[in-house]
Amino acid sequence: MNQKITHHARRRLMAAGAIGSMTLLAACGGDSEGGGGGEDELTPVSLQLQWLPQGQFAGYFAAQELGYFEDEGLEVEILESGGDIVPQDALGNGEVDYAIAWVPKVLETMEATGVELTNIAQTFQRSGTLQVSWADSDIESVADFEGKRIGSWGFGNEWEIFAAMAEEDLDASTVEIITQDFNMNAFLEGDIDAAQAMTYNEYAQLLQSTDPDTGELYTEDDFTVIEYEETGGAMLQDAIWADTERLESDEEYAETTVAFLRAVIRGWIAAAETPEEAAEFTMNAGSGWDQPHELWMVNETNKLIWPAEEGFGVINEQAWDDTVAGAMAAVNEQGASPISEEPSDSAWSNEYIEQALADLEGEDLDLTGENWEPTEVTFDEAAATE
Amino acid sequence: MTAAPSTPNTGLFSRTGPPGSRATWLWGVIGILLLLLLWEGYKAIGPEAGVVLGDTRLLPRTSDLAMPHTWDMVTRLFEGETQARNASPLWVTVVSASAFTLGIAAAGWLAGVVVGVGLALVMLRWKIAEWALLPWIVLSQTVPIIAFAPVVRSWGAQLELGPIQWEGWMSVALIASWLAFFPIAVGALKGLQSPETAHVELMHTYSVGWWTTLLRLRLPAAVPYLLAALRLGAANAVIGAVVAEISTGQRGGIGRLLIQFAGQASSDPAKAWGPIFGAVALGLVAAGSVAMLGVILSKYRRTEEK
Repeated sequence: MNQKITHHARRRLMAAGAIGSMTLLAACGGDSEGGGGGEDELTPVSLQLQWLPQGQFAGYFAAQELGYFEDEGLEVEILESGGDIVPQDALGNGEVDYAIAWVPKVLETMEATGVELTNIAQTFQRSGTLQVSWADSDIESVADFEGKRIGSWGFGNEWEIFAAMAEEDLDASTVEIITQDFNMNAFLEGDIDAAQAMTYNEYAQLLQSTDPDTGELYTEDDFTVIEYEETGGAMLQDAIWADTERLESDEEYAETTVAFLRAVIRGWIAAAETPEEAAEFTMNAGSGWDQPHELWMVNETNKLIWPAEEGFGVINEQAWDDTVAGAMAAVNEQGASPISEEPSDSAWSNEYIEQALADLEGEDLDLTGENWEPTEVTFDEAAATE
Repeated sequence: MTAAPSTPNTGLFSRTGPPGSRATWLWGVIGILLLLLLWEGYKAIGPEAGVVLGDTRLLPRTSDLAMPHTWDMVTRLFEGETQARNASPLWVTVVSASAFTLGIAAAGWLAGVVVGVGLALVMLRWKIAEWALLPWIVLSQTVPIIAFAPVVRSWGAQLELGPIQWEGWMSVALIASWLAFFPIAVGALKGLQSPETAHVELMHTYSVGWWTTLLRLRLPAAVPYLLAALRLGAANAVIGAVVAEISTGQRGGIGRLLIQFAGQASSDPAKAWGPIFGAVALGLVAAGSVAMLGVILSKYRRTEEK
């Protein structure tokens, strides 16, 4: 897209002026971590998340905190986003080794820029996106969106909405898309009729908010919830992406990938078994949320991962095809689609995750989550009033 | 400026009182009280849904979600950051984040001073450099940070500087310096060019070299301009640091707190205001620090309007 052109122009412009201050800054930063080498040689690996540290990524933090990465000979740096850092761009630019990102967003980037990435593990087996409206509104399904103010975060998070609408033969121009903030205030204040919410975060925010009419917390009865997983618009979300070219040409990277995935599997199994501990890890990583919210997030995230019939992270071909079809069918209010043609076959591969699962087969690990049970998390008054 | 060294009795309405006098402080307090009064007054009598003209919102909603009570925002600062038993009070989190950002902004500001003054000197020395550089310097400021920040981070991550590893905060400081160097370069150039032609020619007739002219005539004359430029640069560095923290996903500073707590504003509206107060205080401290520079350099500030 034309954004690319200016991107390059900027890069050149910047380079012209910035070099002076750059070297100066580098000189100020003399206190870089003083080596630390010498001991067992760990392979440095960087993982780019797609948002702030939070329960959505609990398994990666668990793998870090419980030493699973280190056991695999990896020294993993988990990089947060939370701003303008786009994980698939960071990976495509070679800044990081792996990235967590939603499938339709990466497909969009790959088609727009020509960069080649491979989905090596589908962490979330199902979609966690909701569209929430008030219980007394007349919005009960996607078909009811017509003429309504529909909230979305944009930045590629909106494609499920448009795919689901396309499924109902609803044109994007029949609704008013309103860009949502980081919180649910626009919905609570009545600026949005149906707000986008993730089961693991924004929906919990609603349940932690006080109803000014009653002075008590809202409950699930106050809302009508449309789950995109139940619509034709469901798309695959959090997946682990790797650099296609490196996977093919760099044997060490391919090996590291399998080792990395083994540790990630262990991490998510730990998050499934001890969600309280996983919530603790993400709080230690700087989530800034209260424990009840964090525990809710880990628990809901677990529901998106487990059970995984064929094992953690194995990409279901049908779900992949549905995501591709949805991405091709979705048309936003400007008439644009994320992708116009099917991605190449190298866009996903079960080779690495299946190898990692096979390596862990003999151990006492519930690789499919068949025995996993979600916990019950509720929010009480005390945690919310302040 | 009058010949009298100082006016002994500074009344409330006198503008000549030295900074830091009781009257100045009093005015500061009155200003804050007025702001509080305005906030609570509007909240009390303003319409719940705010004032909307057509599709444009002129005045905000008065709900507790949009405008928490001032006392709620203040008391929130003294409650724990989270519900956890061992959580530190919110103000501690805000202050330490502000200090982190201030440090980055200061590094960016220093880099901006060096680059800005350096560019000004080059442009002063060679007229052709001024023609060649000035348009680019102006153009540099039209690049939006949100587009520019990921590129800087990406660039830094791939940079090899011998033993020095490029760290996230350096990207933030670089962006802060990018915003800071502009007013400094322009202001310094203007200041260095400010001596009257007669004075410059006098130096000429003494057959004094360029460097001595710079040191004895141009630099002292530039001080008033430079101080204003440094202050602008400091404000820019702070804004640049906060925005760049958000853009590059840098944790530890006030920028991260702003988005983190904004995300919690539905269930905890007052908390989101903590980092906003922090950002305001940050700006004041930065401006105040540069003002202190002005006190040190006061003997060169003859031409400045008081």
